[in-house]
Amino acid sequence: MSSHNASHKNQPIERRQFDTLIIGAGGGGLRASLQLAEADLSVAVVSKVFPTRSHTVAAQGGMNAALANVLPDNWHWHMFDTVKGSDYLGDQDAIEYMCRAAPKAVYELEHFGVPFSRLDNGKIYQRAFGGQSQDFGGDQAARTCAAADRTGHAILHSLYQQNIRAKTHFFDEYFAVDLLKDDEGHVLGAVIFNIHDGQIVVIEAKTTLLATGGAGQLYKTTTNALINTGDGLGMAMRAGIPLQDMEFFQFHPTGIAGRGMLITEGARGEGGYLVNGDGERLMERYAPKSKDLASRDVVSRAIAVEVREGRGCGPNKDHVMLKLDHLGEEVIQKRLPGIRQTCITFLGIDPAEAPIPVYPTAHYTMGGIPTNRYGQVVVPVKDTPEEPVQGLYAAGECACVSVHGANRLGGNSLLDILVFGRAAANHIIDYLKENKYHRVIDEKIINKVVENVKRYDLNGKQSNNPSAVPIEKVATLRKELKQVMEDHCSVFRNEEILKEGVEKVEQLVQRMKNVKIDDQSFTFNTAKVEAFELENLMACALATMHCAYARKESRGAHSRTDFTERDDKSWMRHSLYSYENGLDYKPVRTKPMSVESFPPKPRVY
Amino acid sequence: MVDTVKKNTDIRWQCRRGMLELDLLLNNFVDQNFKTLSQQHRQSFELLLSYPDQTLLDLLLGNSVSSDAEIANVVGLIRATPFN
Repeated sequence: MSSHNASHKNQPIERRQFDTLIIGAGGGGLRASLQLAEADLSVAVVSKVFPTRSHTVAAQGGMNAALANVLPDNWHWHMFDTVKGSDYLGDQDAIEYMCRAAPKAVYELEHFGVPFSRLDNGKIYQRAFGGQSQDFGGDQAARTCAAADRTGHAILHSLYQQNIRAKTHFFDEYFAVDLLKDDEGHVLGAVIFNIHDGQIVVIEAKTTLLATGGAGQLYKTTTNALINTGDGLGMAMRAGIPLQDMEFFQFHPTGIAGRGMLITEGARGEGGYLVNGDGERLMERYAPKSKDLASRDVVSRAIAVEVREGRGCGPNKDHVMLKLDHLGEEVIQKRLPGIRQTCITFLGIDPAEAPIPVYPTAHYTMGGIPTNRYGQVVVPVKDTPEEPVQGLYAAGECACVSVHGANRLGGNSLLDILVFGRAAANHIIDYLKENKYHRVIDEKIINKVVENVKRYDLNGKQSNNPSAVPIEKVATLRKELKQVMEDHCSVFRNEEILKEGVEKVEQLVQRMKNVKIDDQSFTFNTAKVEAFELENLMACALATMHCAYARKESRGAHSRTDFTERDDKSWMRHSLYSYENGLDYKPVRTKPMSVESFPPKPRVY
Repeated sequence: MVDTVKKNTDIRWQCRRGMLELDLLLNNFVDQNFKTLSQQHRQSFELLLSYPDQTLLDLLLGNSVSSDAEIANVVGLIRATPFN
């Protein structure tokens, strides 16, 4: 067994060179890698799971683009909806860029083989989603293109096949631990290890793109897969890069209570509605006009208020019910078969006969690694708020470009990953024309990172514990962290709850230093991955909690019971949090590329 | 010994998927049943893990049934494993 654990110990460390290293093989990473491989650049994609098992596969809803195939539409209306949906925290240049690029992104996917659902006239079908309007806030628009209820799956598989064709080099089931960064601030690649045998590989790259997805595993109850541990965010923090707007975490109103599985908005679209412990249809009080189809943050807050005020359901009154049984078995089986099977499998409840217990559930990381619209990672340097980090890019949910601001609209996340994955790749292609050669890396930098990668190796053997510091277990700390985030940084926040949350997370971060891995475990390398993942989650938690505690207003997904109004004068600005400098702020980019700016207005639906 | 160890590590990692539903069903099954599975069932389970996520989801939620009797059998075992 020891030979397995220490299999890499005495072997020389493998070194590889590529033009571009991409960390993460979801839609953002694969869109970028395809663009680069087709430009005849050498591209390595590192993924901790097999690429088609990335979380993009779970995206069911679709992708927004103003094609006007069903109802009148144009990109400028899409832009307005996205700015308004962001509660005016989105950067309007990036939003304009994304909305203009959306139709082309859809047609490209079609070209790659994504089987979009069709209208009878042969055009791509588009469904209506919350937050979409015609003519700047007028009638409902229909803007979301979908491949049935498996859009993410279709996109991911098509992109993967295209990458195989284009000869992208994949490092499947390798874990990227840390970036290589020289003294002048250039990012020069990363150090990764093979999850199966622990073999370390140093990847030198002229450019590196982080596309590692979100951090939904921060919370006890989440719709996210286990892989969503904010790895790129943790790597960025450790490289001295601040995280941006981390206090904005989207809670989906209808996750299965205590479990997290998503019950799509489609269930309410088909006529389902929420009831509280008194059997009352609660949304009639909170959104008399749109009722159960109000925007996500509004419905989530309504459910949380009901539970907080003692009108929840169940023995602990800790959830509400989503009622579908009135629709009849035939309708449910025909239109919501996936939901029915999910409920039967996980709850033993048939929604055709009984209501589904639901509660707002952590769903999407609006914040992330700060970038500009070219995908370049940007940091404040002296008086410049956004100075590019040479050689480093980010795209997708791990990035904060920021097109979602304080609240993401349904259908905009697949669009974001594809548009900015492509944009980052295009900028990398230009950058590499000017930067043809690898920069020389000081061996000390590599050695330092490699030693860091090895720090959990066999450390369970140091169990004589001379310092008498209690040894911490990954599983225990992870469980505590998720509970702290659930209790202290959920749908509703206030001074007292957040202050306590900051203290608890700080304590957990300290305890993380005493983590030891039991080297007798037959799952040694996966245990090591879980330790690194937890470090990444700790970094995300620290940034999220500090930013949330500091932001004394309510905007989008950040809802304070002690500061209930949006405060544009003081808080229409992006939060930044880094290990080195703590909290900082930078202005929102309110100037679009070519059109007039949308000034902040009350967000009424 | 090392081979068995590596195999178990591999199996555990193959249960990391892109969807929460799959993570829960597969890990729950491995936690409770994998050590006592027959060789035949282990092989079928490993084959099942090579399926794409969406296919796996359809099978494990009962939206579709595998034409391979051995796969259908192991799917049945996974679906019958209660959550702790």
